[in-house]
Amino acid sequence: MVATLRTRPGALLEILHGVQTELGFIPPAAVPVLAQELNLSRAEVHGVVTFYHYFRHSAPGRHTVRVCQAEACQSMGAEQLTEHVKKSLGVDFHETTADGRFTLEPVYCLGNCACSPALMRDEDLFGRVTPARFDELMAEWQRDS
Amino acid sequence: MSIDVYVPRDSGALSLGAEAVAKAIAAEAAARDVDLRIIRNGSRGMFWLEPLVEVATAAGRVAYGPVTAADVPSLFDAGFHTGGEHRLALGVTGELPFLKSQQRLTFQRVGIVDPVSVSDYVTHGGYQGLRQALSMSQADIVQAVLDSGLRGRGGAAFPTGIKWKTVLDQQVPQKYVTCNADEGDSGTFADRMLMEGDPLTLVEGLTIAGLAVGATQGYIYLRCEYPHAYQVLKEAIAAAYQARYLGADVMGSGRRFDLEVRLGAGAYVCGEETSMLESLEGKRGEIRVRPPLPAIKGLFGQPTIVNNVITLASVPIILSKGAAFYRDFGTGKSRGTLPIQLAGNIKQGGLVERAFGLTLKELLYEYGGGSASGRAIRTVQVGGPLGAYIPASQFDVAVDYESLSAIGALLGHGGIVVFDDTIDMAKMARYAMEFCAIESCGKCTPCRIGSTRGVEVMDRIIAGVDTERNLQLLEELCETMLQGSLCGLGGMTPFPVTSALKHFAEDFRSRARH
Repeated sequence: MVATLRTRPGALLEILHGVQTELGFIPPAAVPVLAQELNLSRAEVHGVVTFYHYFRHSAPGRHTVRVCQAEACQSMGAEQLTEHVKKSLGVDFHETTADGRFTLEPVYCLGNCACSPALMRDEDLFGRVTPARFDELMAEWQRDS
Repeated sequence: MSIDVYVPRDSGALSLGAEAVAKAIAAEAAARDVDLRIIRNGSRGMFWLEPLVEVATAAGRVAYGPVTAADVPSLFDAGFHTGGEHRLALGVTGELPFLKSQQRLTFQRVGIVDPVSVSDYVTHGGYQGLRQALSMSQADIVQAVLDSGLRGRGGAAFPTGIKWKTVLDQQVPQKYVTCNADEGDSGTFADRMLMEGDPLTLVEGLTIAGLAVGATQGYIYLRCEYPHAYQVLKEAIAAAYQARYLGADVMGSGRRFDLEVRLGAGAYVCGEETSMLESLEGKRGEIRVRPPLPAIKGLFGQPTIVNNVITLASVPIILSKGAAFYRDFGTGKSRGTLPIQLAGNIKQGGLVERAFGLTLKELLYEYGGGSASGRAIRTVQVGGPLGAYIPASQFDVAVDYESLSAIGALLGHGGIVVFDDTIDMAKMARYAMEFCAIESCGKCTPCRIGSTRGVEVMDRIIAGVDTERNLQLLEELCETMLQGSLCGLGGMTPFPVTSALKHFAEDFRSRARH
């Protein structure tokens, strides 16, 4: 991947996306390798990895659930939804369930503000998610896996 | 003959089950041996009716919604594929009051065309602007954009033509055109809808910008929270290359323009133009000190246009219909139309594109139908997390740059987030500070430290501790952030805080002492 992308202008972000898509996170061991390949310092690569909320430093669960925390969703009960999701999964933000199935993350706007509150599971978006709707979704996800 | 049925692939529609509806329609059609073609269009922007299914009939496109997969058999029973009567039938789509009274220029094709079909795009008037631009000199293209009165729709509202002229005037071999698609403001989704519903309009706008200033490379910087938009953009760009509207020989003119999409990685501050350029270069998205302006020293140190999605998507119609056509919409120094987004606690949320000058009241009650909860609307926040809270007593204000500025508010990207009377404004003020603390790039102290101190001060106010002294401290802190921050993140976070305090002081002062 590095070999195909390294010559592109501003390649580091694209490469990091590629690594995360492939592995689910950016392993610390990747930092010196990328630094060498792109002729950057380790500090520069580490600085980029840690700047962006999306890049993870440890392996996530099989699915990542992102619950929107922004104003439009707050106006429609995002706070109650968030509490409900945390309780249902038994984890706080940035944590993974004991069975390794779900990682829970906050997100600041999914662009679904006319269908608030919103959450995303991996790349699937859900709107008007009441706590009851979340329970239905969980039941569907249980069946799928 | 095959019947055309439209089921949106817009994220909002998908979030309410459009994919299952499309699959159910395909399965039911196969089972009943009905010959129909499902087209995955964008959204018409009436989200309380999504998933909105449309059928092409002799009387025009007729709509059904909101449709669930479970409704599909009964829709077939009712003969919806020939426009049959059903409890979800809404009639001719274009005649629905929410749509009929709009003035859709930038959004003229969104929800109507197949977003990734170049031939559909051309059939609906696409690429006429580029055709026109190819027959004009670079200076004349820039002049047309200047004469249209178009101002940056991302929030800063800088005259687009002036930005373009600055880039055109730079005598260097390599220039860039970049599109800021890092639509991070809560309550905004116009960029997303356009990219998912009519991405070729954006591609055409970027191509015209490239021709106008002499740039051969364009980048769309898209936030990674928009995976569906990413997919549609990639398909649309590939189709444009295939049809030779992009590449070495744009429309047989011998002129080159290349375009690619780059993904952000979840950083609100990258919506600030210099931070976006840093991120495009593969670096930390820390803001740059200006000057130099990006138009002089931008991406990789070269002269660069940075425009928002809606700004660029408004360019094709300005070229095809002329600057005067566009300028004749609007009021004062707010020319043209504005795609407004109704969001949050609103009954009829969605997209309203109208000439500048509509009042908040008209938008909230005539288009929006009041709050979703049925309770009184207490306030709206216009312009994203850095926008002011406007109380109901000021809902007569016109939604344009100057009128909002006159009451201490701002238009931003045209998102309106609605809150009912259960909202606690002290908590919203705290949230504004918290959001700034989470998203600060860290380069300047007023933003990085000020926001964290702001959360602490708000925590004390909410707890009722030493209220008057902490309110004084909050005002001083806001003043420091306003005056001392390098960019809008730290510099504008005080707007929601101080407007909440000004209009809803009772939420701050009446806290019981713990």
